[in-house]
Amino acid sequence: MQEILELLENNARLSTEELAVLTNKSVDEVETIMAELKSKGIIVGWRPIINWEKTNREDVSALIELRIRPQKGCGFDALAQRISAFDQVKNLYLMSGGFDLGVFVEGKNIKDIALFVSEHLSQLDGVISTATHFVLKVYKYEGIDFFDPQCDRREVYS
Amino acid sequence: MRPIEEALNPTLKNIKPSMIRRFFDIAAEMDDVISLGIGEPDFTTPWAIREEGIRSLEKGLTHYTSNAGITALREELCRYFKRKYDLHYTKDQALITVGGSEAIDLTIRALVSPGDEVIVPEPSFVCYTPLASLAGATPVVIPCKEKDNFCLTAEDLKAAITEKTKLLILPFPNNPTGAVMSREQLMEIAEVLKDTDIFVLSDEIYSELVYTDTPHIPFSGIEGMYERTIIVNGFSKSYAMTGWRLGYALGPQPLIALMTKLHQFAIMSAPTQSQFAAIRALKECDGDVIHMRDSYNQRRLFIYRALLDMGFSCFEPGGAFYIFPNITSSGLSSEEFAERLLREQHVAVIPGNAFGPAGEGHVRICYASSVENLKEAVRRMQVFMDSLKK
Repeated sequence: MQEILELLENNARLSTEELAVLTNKSVDEVETIMAELKSKGIIVGWRPIINWEKTNREDVSALIELRIRPQKGCGFDALAQRISAFDQVKNLYLMSGGFDLGVFVEGKNIKDIALFVSEHLSQLDGVISTATHFVLKVYKYEGIDFFDPQCDRREVYS
Repeated sequence: MRPIEEALNPTLKNIKPSMIRRFFDIAAEMDDVISLGIGEPDFTTPWAIREEGIRSLEKGLTHYTSNAGITALREELCRYFKRKYDLHYTKDQALITVGGSEAIDLTIRALVSPGDEVIVPEPSFVCYTPLASLAGATPVVIPCKEKDNFCLTAEDLKAAITEKTKLLILPFPNNPTGAVMSREQLMEIAEVLKDTDIFVLSDEIYSELVYTDTPHIPFSGIEGMYERTIIVNGFSKSYAMTGWRLGYALGPQPLIALMTKLHQFAIMSAPTQSQFAAIRALKECDGDVIHMRDSYNQRRLFIYRALLDMGFSCFEPGGAFYIFPNITSSGLSSEEFAERLLREQHVAVIPGNAFGPAGEGHVRICYASSVENLKEAVRRMQVFMDSLKK
């Protein structure tokens, strides 16, 4: 199972047949494992890794540090669930350290994000403070170096 | 002054140049070549090792090291052989060289005298017979056959031995076939050698890339072979460090001392940064080695299956990162096959006869390439094979 996950993490486009060959398993075995991975919610989606900076899209993203008040009985989870419901929120983490929630948001421009913070996030019950940090440039994403994405530096024959 | 061509060393001049040169020129004209002609890992050196190289520069460690290599590295190497193979070596039995290739050259030159014979099983890495010739020895080639899984058989070895035989080259896990010799097979070889004075150069550069159930066995670990065996290995393949140029020889102390003398004249010492980096590799990078091996193994399974599906007869390699399909069904020679595949489908492979006449009828495919690349290469090979049928 682990081996299949690692292969897919690097290349989600591998077919069941290819996975079977690569892991020395039968196609049936791989299909069973894949069904299990999906039903258990271990594999939750499929998508390419896009360097948007190379396209015309001019969206901006930001990390918002959120300090929140834990609620009786459910701690941080209830408010986190509410925040995750916003479309603008792309990643959401409970953090140790100086703040509680790390909220990664995306918007069309800086104003868009500013409005989202001032009119939505900061006004939620339980939010104590926000600190917004805009992303200026993506150097590495999901383990992929955007400086130099996996080029082969070897000679044709060696 | 007479023309320079007449002055050049005739032995060296008469050694056939690598046929790959011509292919280089063809490939240079193309911008979409998928190269499976490569003889090196597709991984970059693990970061911990690179970091150690950088650190050595920051500390100003930019001088020669002792000729044999820094003591800490040689000691670490001995510890590595102890923990990995339970083999005892001392630092005086270790010489750090510029790649495994230098260690091969030194071993041959330090052992062999004019008139001696050096037994070379083929197909194998291209340097053994030229180096034996340059040392004034006569290379005696044993063709390893596909029916024997490209292994050296005791029978063939026995038949090749004469009173002049000084050295046997044992190139396993093998480049280009991927053949691996089992303990039983190695014991049969040992049985042939035990009452002779023949030395063994065991080129084990692919020792970490073995996919069979039983792990690699250094030839010096076979009973009775320790005293006559020179292990040649290096960091290039196991730690993805080809560009660092670092290898080593382990063997009988008097021979290592003599090789060190030669190394001192020609090289002085192996690159200092590489040596410091290699200590870290031996100490901390077992996990990286396993990760890379697992990844090569996946691709080995993939390409092996794909070649069978295409209808090639193909030996299943147990080691290294090469596969050596039999291409005789195409009706082409190895060179024709490789050249036409490159010209027509822009896939680079190496003709099998580049590794000795015994490799004719095969091509070497290096599968240290991404699965995406392998898939596309397989697709193009299929188009090529279909075009031959028309």
